[in-house]
Amino acid sequence: MLKGIPASPGIAFGKVFLKETINTENLIKESENPDKELKILKEALSESISELLKLKEKTLKSMGSQHSEIFEAHKMILEDTEYTGAIENKIKDKKYTAAYAVITATEEIRKIFAEIPDEYLRERAADVKDVGERVLKNILGIKTELSELEEKVIVVADELTPSDTADMDKEKILGFITAKGGRTSHTAIIARTLGIPAVVGAKEFYEKVRKNDSVVFNGETGEIFINPNEEILETFKKEKERISRINKILDNYSKKETVTKDGKKPKLYANIASSKDAGDAFAKGAEGVGLFRTEFIYMNRKVEPSEEEQFVIYRNVIEEMKGKPVIIRTLDIGGDKEVEYLNFEKEDNPFLGYRAIRICLDRKEMFKKQLKAILRAGVYGKAKIMFPMISSLEELREAKKITEECKKELEKEGKEFQNNTEIGIMIEIPSAAVISDMLAKECDFFSIGTNDLIQYTTAVDRMNPKISHLYNQYNPAVLRLLKTVTDNAHKNGIEVGMCGELAGDETMAYFLAGIGLDEFSMSASSVSKIRWLLSETDSEKASEDVQKILEMDSGHIKKFLENKLSEIKKILN
Amino acid sequence: MRTESVILENKTGLHARPAADFVKKASSFKSDIKLIKDGSEFNGKSILNVLSMGAVKGTKITIKAEGADEDLAVSNLVSLIKSFNE
Repeated sequence: MLKGIPASPGIAFGKVFLKETINTENLIKESENPDKELKILKEALSESISELLKLKEKTLKSMGSQHSEIFEAHKMILEDTEYTGAIENKIKDKKYTAAYAVITATEEIRKIFAEIPDEYLRERAADVKDVGERVLKNILGIKTELSELEEKVIVVADELTPSDTADMDKEKILGFITAKGGRTSHTAIIARTLGIPAVVGAKEFYEKVRKNDSVVFNGETGEIFINPNEEILETFKKEKERISRINKILDNYSKKETVTKDGKKPKLYANIASSKDAGDAFAKGAEGVGLFRTEFIYMNRKVEPSEEEQFVIYRNVIEEMKGKPVIIRTLDIGGDKEVEYLNFEKEDNPFLGYRAIRICLDRKEMFKKQLKAILRAGVYGKAKIMFPMISSLEELREAKKITEECKKELEKEGKEFQNNTEIGIMIEIPSAAVISDMLAKECDFFSIGTNDLIQYTTAVDRMNPKISHLYNQYNPAVLRLLKTVTDNAHKNGIEVGMCGELAGDETMAYFLAGIGLDEFSMSASSVSKIRWLLSETDSEKASEDVQKILEMDSGHIKKFLENKLSEIKKILN
Repeated sequence: MRTESVILENKTGLHARPAADFVKKASSFKSDIKLIKDGSEFNGKSILNVLSMGAVKGTKITIKAEGADEDLAVSNLVSLIKSFNE
């Protein structure tokens, strides 16, 4: 099995159609005759513009103006002298061939786009690349092939461009898999719009797949199988039927309140990384944001983000949630990521090293910019601050002290801010779980980060394939910690949430309801599913079972929880 | 020369479609049109320049026009940016 980033839900099975990328390796780079090259360029540009006009018309009819206008923008790029001028200069001054001049000029612009902090705008680099490829194809005389598909296929490509997807015969597309791209890449957006299953960022798959292979994949989990056997195929077919049956039921739960059978009301929140995600989460029935990851704001740039820049981002997210709480996690980054201006030194053990709150307490001025931005944005709704990687009382106290300093400074600066902003911590280091009774007295809420908590508790790096089987969410040591943390929070009158993967895990819902978790935060697409499961759960009964579960070994716990889940799911049959 | 600032309200920022609309409008004026964001200047008649600003919702953009029709240009372009809403 191979994995990619889930981009558009659904299951697809079929033959692979491999979209080949233009091979530029043997391209001639220089020419003795610039005038000839300029003429080739001019012809390719006008050919490209007329193609774009046709595509615009075609897309307008098939998908509406919202999608067709992109080709107007592409046409304008070809008419932009900043672009064409740069290409011409390379032909005239550097004696480049038209083809090589287009490649280098396009790449230069792509680099500028790669610096844009906003993910959505940054992905527009794909538009520039698309335009460049169109011109290049016209120079080299290559025709696109996706418009003439003979049978239903799964389209596999390095990356798909708006031109590719507009030209495709949609009736013949079973799914998309691309090597590059993220959840907001063009392929992902178009796939969700058309309701076609898609997986993106499947680099390893892309390297292994060959022409004429068959593929089955799940756009919700990102799982892909090349040339699956009957057994796998059968499982996926069943899964497909199951998904469509469940979806019908779940649709009813996106707008409902979460009430367990015995009347408890846990809150269902979403994990997000942008204001676009926030809008999506709100639409899918999330009652708040349990984790806003802010590290992306700091990545892929040369200088750290300013207070003002962050304020705008946080305010947008808070406004999208229309008064519902938004828990903003302060910078959680470490030596495993490359961030130029942070100058991380190479560490033997980045996961046990200089990261998250440890960096922030060390670089107070940078930390303050973020805290001030959050405090100010809170005025537009309800913000909560959450510190990651807390391992001791001292760190929490220090972080709180800095937050108070920020408030005083904001007062002096005469800037409005949310004075009663709640402050919470992630419980993801075993030491924090062990002293959670003490920590609970000094903060307003907990949120359990299960991925790291499991990794640190069991001393297993789950990325290491040799030992990843030891990374086990059913390990009773982990479950006992979850119970301890929840009990300690409740004894001290604070709420406890969970923002790791376990919160959205179907098999865990019963246990988590049993220990009395107050808030579940997960990807927005899981909200109605977990809400439905919790609505069918008697948390009183589950709480009795928790005592039994905590005395079992991992294998039995897994079986027990899976049985509970299938009991609930029987209703579906 | 005339300048005026405006806050971008468009949810997905100044991405391809609104940027195209802006550049088309800007190109219809004789004046030289510049966009200023965080102290950097961008050519308002170049779609690549406008796109590479990376202007997200809430960004403060200053429009600067210089030429025969600068008043008309600034007032038209400001109201265009205010009208972006998707």
